[in-house]
Amino acid sequence: MLKPSRVTRVARPLGRRTFATVQDPPVRRYGGLRDQDRIFTNAHSRHDFSIKGAMARGDWHRTKDIILKGDAWIIQTIKDSGLRGRGGAGFPSGLKWSFMNKPGWEKDPRPRYLVVNADEGEPGTCKDREILRGDPHKLVEGCLVAGRGMNATAAYIYIRGEFTQEARHLQQAIDEAYKAGFLGKDACGSGYAFDVYIHRGAGAYICGEETALIESIEGKQGKPRLKPPFPADVGLFGCPTTVANVETVAVAPTIARRGAVWFAGFGRERNQGTKLFCVSGHVNNPCVVEEEMSIPLKDLIEKHCGGVRGGWDNLLGIVPGGSSVPIIPKDTCAQVLMDYDSLKDAQTGLGTGAVIVMDKSTDLVRAIARFSHFYKHESCGQCTPCREGTTWMMNMMDRFVDGRGHSREIDMLLELSKQIEGRTICALGDAAAWPIQGLMRHFRPLVEQRIEQFRAHEGPVLFGGRLAREADPTLALPDNLGAHLGEVGAPPPRAL
Amino acid sequence: MLRLVSAASKPSSAGRLSRVVCSNCSATIGRRTLASTSARSADITLTVDGKEVTVPQGSALIQACEAAGATIPRFCYHDRLAIAGNCRMCLVEVERSPKPVASCAMPAMPGSKVFTNTPLVHEAREGVMEFLLANHPLDCPICDQGGECDLQDQSMRYGSDRSRFHEVYGKRAVENKDLGPLVKTSMNRCIQCTRCVRFANEVAGVEDLGTTGRGNDLQIGMYVEKMMDSELSGNVVDLCPVGALTSKPYAFHARPWELKNTESVDVLDALGSNIRIDSRGVQVMRIQPRTNDAVNEEWISDKARYAYDGLKFQRLTTPLVKDGDRFVPATWEAALQAVADGLKRSGATGDEIQAVAGQLADTEALVALKDLVNRLGSDNTALDGGRGAAPPVAGVDVRANFLLNATIPGVERADAILLVGTNPRHEAAVLNSRIRKSWLHTGLEVGLIGARADTAYGYEYLGDGARALADFVAGKGTFAKTFQAAKRPLIIIGSAVAEQEDGPAVYNALAKFVEKNKERMLTPEWNGFAVLQRAASHAAAYEIGFVPSKHAAATRPKFVYLLNADEVDPAAISPDAFVVYQGHHGDLGAQLADVCLPAAAYTEKGMTWVNTEGRVQLGRAAVPPPGAAREDWKIIRALSEVLGVTLPYDDVLAVRDRMWELSPTLVRYDVTEPTSVGVARAGLGVLAEATKSTKVSGAPLARPIANFYQTDPISRASVTMAQCTRAFVRGEDYDDAARATEAAFG
Repeated sequence: MLKPSRVTRVARPLGRRTFATVQDPPVRRYGGLRDQDRIFTNAHSRHDFSIKGAMARGDWHRTKDIILKGDAWIIQTIKDSGLRGRGGAGFPSGLKWSFMNKPGWEKDPRPRYLVVNADEGEPGTCKDREILRGDPHKLVEGCLVAGRGMNATAAYIYIRGEFTQEARHLQQAIDEAYKAGFLGKDACGSGYAFDVYIHRGAGAYICGEETALIESIEGKQGKPRLKPPFPADVGLFGCPTTVANVETVAVAPTIARRGAVWFAGFGRERNQGTKLFCVSGHVNNPCVVEEEMSIPLKDLIEKHCGGVRGGWDNLLGIVPGGSSVPIIPKDTCAQVLMDYDSLKDAQTGLGTGAVIVMDKSTDLVRAIARFSHFYKHESCGQCTPCREGTTWMMNMMDRFVDGRGHSREIDMLLELSKQIEGRTICALGDAAAWPIQGLMRHFRPLVEQRIEQFRAHEGPVLFGGRLAREADPTLALPDNLGAHLGEVGAPPPRAL
Repeated sequence: MLRLVSAASKPSSAGRLSRVVCSNCSATIGRRTLASTSARSADITLTVDGKEVTVPQGSALIQACEAAGATIPRFCYHDRLAIAGNCRMCLVEVERSPKPVASCAMPAMPGSKVFTNTPLVHEAREGVMEFLLANHPLDCPICDQGGECDLQDQSMRYGSDRSRFHEVYGKRAVENKDLGPLVKTSMNRCIQCTRCVRFANEVAGVEDLGTTGRGNDLQIGMYVEKMMDSELSGNVVDLCPVGALTSKPYAFHARPWELKNTESVDVLDALGSNIRIDSRGVQVMRIQPRTNDAVNEEWISDKARYAYDGLKFQRLTTPLVKDGDRFVPATWEAALQAVADGLKRSGATGDEIQAVAGQLADTEALVALKDLVNRLGSDNTALDGGRGAAPPVAGVDVRANFLLNATIPGVERADAILLVGTNPRHEAAVLNSRIRKSWLHTGLEVGLIGARADTAYGYEYLGDGARALADFVAGKGTFAKTFQAAKRPLIIIGSAVAEQEDGPAVYNALAKFVEKNKERMLTPEWNGFAVLQRAASHAAAYEIGFVPSKHAAATRPKFVYLLNADEVDPAAISPDAFVVYQGHHGDLGAQLADVCLPAAAYTEKGMTWVNTEGRVQLGRAAVPPPGAAREDWKIIRALSEVLGVTLPYDDVLAVRDRMWELSPTLVRYDVTEPTSVGVARAGLGVLAEATKSTKVSGAPLARPIANFYQTDPISRASVTMAQCTRAFVRGEDYDDAARATEAAFG
């Protein structure tokens, strides 16, 4: 006997109020994904990841029929399912895949590629590696289904270099699929020719950006390309290409098998589906768990992770979508739902669904400064704002960890982050700017307090972090170092 | 002024005629290009700052903005290089775009509304400028780029007067790279625009200049400790928008605002690259390229750019007369009298009087010298080097036989090129970059017969001599088949071919081959028979017939007049002959001379030069000749008076009138005049007939230039070129002295 889901339980008492003229809309609670609705049934590698186990779990079941339904059907199904890209940007997948099938694409003699982005390098994110390790056949089958949908000739899986076991599992899965006739000249006996290749990266975060990834597969330095032209026109080796996240591709066969309506039944409108969430940080039981979209953040943590270490009240803030989204404070955490729109409204983002929980023991400034180090290290150095700005911001954040700064510099730092945001070729500049903006938005008093403490100890600090007492009085000091500016000049923190 | 000169130098009727012809031919060229572009792209209209502009489809937004008169600041964008879009300085606002867009990387879309002057745009650009300056050393007072620095100029508009960068960590420090004796690096100043990288990869073919490291540690360099070995490396100095790459020979010599700019023509190879001579007082301080899409685009070779210091050394500044085993300075009168006496004493008559012209002889001097020698009853006008003393294989009656008929830009339209006995990389470095461009971007196939060479593009090697050519003509091999299938095949014949043993045989085979394939190789649009000259004077010399008659070539000269001739074989001059050397450098020719007459170098005279495609260009004098040196044609004119055969011209305009009489094209400046198909065919027929009885010896076609950096008296006298020779040709340490001092400080 199946346990009734929470959705039906909530709906029943409402059904009783038959005489009311105006019916309240049903209050739907999200979350509590049932086991039979899980897509990644071996995400925790408890079972056999090889083809035998995978087929036992339903992979490769009548894949031929899905392929024979044709590209239009697959894309329409994905569109109907409301699947949005799971890599962070959240672009509707069906729409993105349909860009490959522009009118007249058949006349284009070039080969066409699906590139799967398995270069999972965002701090806090560890969902794709679970898929690659436990459910590699889901991904391989997904490559075929998605590849059929966009009429691709081959799929390249760009896997992060550090993922050695995952790459082995994936390679084994590909080999097994070829052996079983699921891939190759006559994939699954459908007559469709499809190949899957693995390309192992060398550990650069920027190679997770779609065009940098393409460059990297081509054997060049992983530096993002200019868009336009978009990869769907000129991508890998100059051919039409679509880059998609592992999770996005891997859910495609299940959606095709169980139907778009089933998948769209989860989560709120425009945020449908299930999603792998990776919760890390100060929770009692950090985990990767597949859940319904739009599950309240608090539910996610309480239900699957055993709650915040030391109780919910010990919570300081949560980064809900990997290192590149702004942090949100405790009060907001209790309200938001884990989906694209709710988190966007909270001035943050779902990102990759990597929830980083920080309790009150966290040195938040240091944590964000660590993010800045990461982005400084991973900037490719192509565009000026990102190349120069990430280093500058990192240096300032490092100083703020000690409080060695001037409170006016907080505004300057914010201004610098605005000068980077939206001015670069790829989104790494934005990603570097947002954590700092989030910190200053919600925890500015913390930084100011640090600065005050440092001043109390060491005396006034000039712009740039030089101590006023260390300045040589016999030398003229430029008047733009803030030596004579009081801390009071800083604007009061804005009400949240 | 110039126009005045050229117009006045022509008889009025001819002036009108020439103008008509010129306007016709330029119109033809114009029409052709228009037709080829309009077929594939239409124009689009968009609005920039409320102003409607129409640009060709496929233009970048930055070009549309420029067309609308809005100046867009930029660092990484360059017309002739691939788009990088990484400096982010050219951001503009586009309607319905949430973020500012890089106008260099965004194609102009019809109907879009672009704003270049909004607060958002200014704020974005100011932000980028702040970031650029954050790690820039701001050492403008000691930077050679000062005064012509893009960063300096644009920071005047977009920079702040106060820095916000006070980090205790300080600025980025980057180690300088050793790119060789030409390009000085100061990598702290680098703003990573990657113009140099793109130039090296796309144009020069140095694929190992690139970026290493990531983020703030991104560095430009050769990956390993290595010099930038390219004939075009000096162009990165011009491209660098900051002072990271500056000119080593010019370092700390002058500021741009002190220099007088003179637009002139380079003569160190036969391309006639357009240059700008920057001089201060009587000294040439540097030479830079001048944009001319029909010739050198925006590039010049390192020899053209850096050999100028040779103009300061080994110069002949006063007439010299040999007295026993040494030269004695003399007055002009005495020297000219000595020549006249020498002529009389040598007893030379008729063809025994020989005039030999060198690579750097200008057209006016050639004309004057030919007139002089002819008046003395001789037909013995020879060229130095190779077989210059014999009548040329290809003949001089039809221009198409000795010119690069396809024209320099036309080379890019060829879809198959056969190089015969030439390495364009050394003989015409800028032309080579065009072939590389075409090879990179189109399906161009190149084949080579002759000595193997590193050409900066891939080619199929067919063999080393006439035998391989015979196979090619017979259609053997894959390249021959490609060539047969090509729509616009081109054969580039090196000037050295005529100097070789098998030269006549090669010419014969090629003339017949072109005749056989005339429907593809000789059409009104396309002439696939191209001779690549390597000496600046040769096209002009052939044009005016500065070649010996058969009889004259067989005569042993008793009086030799060397005009800039330094490639002569000393053994070919009999010891009892009286030798006069007229030129600007005390090189080989002067050593042989009994009388030296000092003349002006190409930077010191405004003379006519004909390049390898027959384009006539006017050089201009940037500085006065040193000492008693004079312009060449004036010396010859003066000598003619002493010899009693006064030449009938008293000023340069009269000389040009005489040039017009010889060949009207010589005074039609800056255009190439194509030879008609009929005449070109007739020329090839004559050529084939004249060379039909030659036998193939099978000797390999030798390479004429062993050392690109030292090919003429000027570059041989140049210290910089000597350093280049050591560094790039011989692979030695080019500057021990500087190393030693640096080590001492280290």
